[in-house]
Amino acid sequence: MAQLECKNLCLGYEGKEILHDLSFQISAGEYLCIVGENGSGKSTLMKTILGLQAPLSGSVAFGDGLKGNEIGYLPQQTDVQRDFPASVWEVVLSGCCGRQGMRPFYSREDKLLAEENIKKMELTNLKKRCYRELSGGQQQRVLLARALCATRKILLLDEPVSGLDPMVTASMYRLIEELNKKDGTTIIMISHDIAAALQYADHILHIGKNIFFGTKEEYLRSEAGFGFADRKEEENYESSI
Amino acid sequence: MKAVFDQLVLYFTYPFVRYALVAGVLIALCSSLLGVTLVLKRFSFIGDGLSHVAFGAMAVAAVAGFTNEMPFVLLVTILCAVLLLGAGQNAKIKGDAAVAMISVGALAIGYLLMNLFSTSANLSGDVCSTLFGSTSILTLTQTEVWLCVVLSIVVVALFVLFYNKIFAVTFDENFAKATGTKANAYNLLIALIVAVIIVLAMNLVGSLLISALVIFPALSAMRVFKSFKSVTICSAVLSVICAVLGILISILQGTPVGSTIVAVDIVAFVIFSFAGVVHGGIRK
Repeated sequence: MAQLECKNLCLGYEGKEILHDLSFQISAGEYLCIVGENGSGKSTLMKTILGLQAPLSGSVAFGDGLKGNEIGYLPQQTDVQRDFPASVWEVVLSGCCGRQGMRPFYSREDKLLAEENIKKMELTNLKKRCYRELSGGQQQRVLLARALCATRKILLLDEPVSGLDPMVTASMYRLIEELNKKDGTTIIMISHDIAAALQYADHILHIGKNIFFGTKEEYLRSEAGFGFADRKEEENYESSI
Repeated sequence: MKAVFDQLVLYFTYPFVRYALVAGVLIALCSSLLGVTLVLKRFSFIGDGLSHVAFGAMAVAAVAGFTNEMPFVLLVTILCAVLLLGAGQNAKIKGDAAVAMISVGALAIGYLLMNLFSTSANLSGDVCSTLFGSTSILTLTQTEVWLCVVLSIVVVALFVLFYNKIFAVTFDENFAKATGTKANAYNLLIALIVAVIIVLAMNLVGSLLISALVIFPALSAMRVFKSFKSVTICSAVLSVICAVLGILISILQGTPVGSTIVAVDIVAFVIFSFAGVVHGGIRK
């Protein structure tokens, strides 16, 4: 049984369809990378999986013991967060909020879990620091630790390395890979970085005019994968401006 | 010094002075608690906006000849607060624009109605005292003070109980929603509390100065403190201290209560900004 299965999804805003008839599934422990041009509906797809937005038609089903609110999510930074006075500890702990239910305060287990994830993300000496004073890479690690507090099973990452320098990008990918390989956390990552997608992921979902879903090897042989060469040039063009 | 003290003791034998102090402290406390959240959600001006709505509602109530206008005003204000805050992070018209729209609209309608249907001879005087709350804190009745006490307890209790949720929803609404926190419900709760506080505070400082009570303590605290908890606690304490000082000064000097409190808040802000610069300078 797949952990997450999307069937015949049509996505869009206000009746305008941007993605038509998308089906894919992902099983526990897999590493899926979602690639596609700007505006192809990557973020909309992510919002739909998270239940923030309803699909125009089709369904998102969870299986294998996964509940809808057991998805960890690494969002892109918002304006509010840039000047939010919060310590690293407070931000990480807030990941436990979802499973509190009506309990008003955090339990001892919640705090232990937060502590553990802080250690895992190598943030122990930053614990008391203010979130907004950290570097981009450190902030991403804080948000990753928070996502891990929400779940261990499946993580959705929305362009986790955008705006990070190459060194930090590499260590971010390493952390994500570790989570996938060591803890068996399922990873779904949206990325522009197609080279990294091919290096780390085992499944690729390419959305846009042609939808492709399959393993990395199949992707390289496929027609959408052919576009990969073009994409590469586009990437270079984008980064040069 | 002794003369000042004696004067204060004399003033405190009057019940209305005691009422003013109690109500002032409670309102300052409540408004500062939510100030941090509101400033961060880019709703700094919501106090001002909602107070204009309350002003508009009062005008409507006066024209319609309601004997007790409080419930009507509260209802309209709550509705508008829900409209503004309930939409949350994904609203079509964003925070500042939505607040400005509702605020200006309500003010204009309110004034228009008062102008067309007013029975009072001193129209601009009425408008002025509604907006600036010139003396109304000194004319509170015992019932109003009790109402104020009860509502404040409710507000503080709700805030403490839902503190963690409010933090999570303010920091990252989408994450909270995705991981199973009912973000919309908490946005609604915040909106309700804000509306209640605004209507309460209108009695203290008047419409135009409510924003100051909401934002100054929060902004001052944010200059110096770095975590959400310390900022919240600091802004609550600071707000209460400023309110007490402001009320005492206004009693002694005979200045308008609302503007005096705000003046004290401004002084506190300057001090905290300075402290923040010095503190940051040392650490770097």
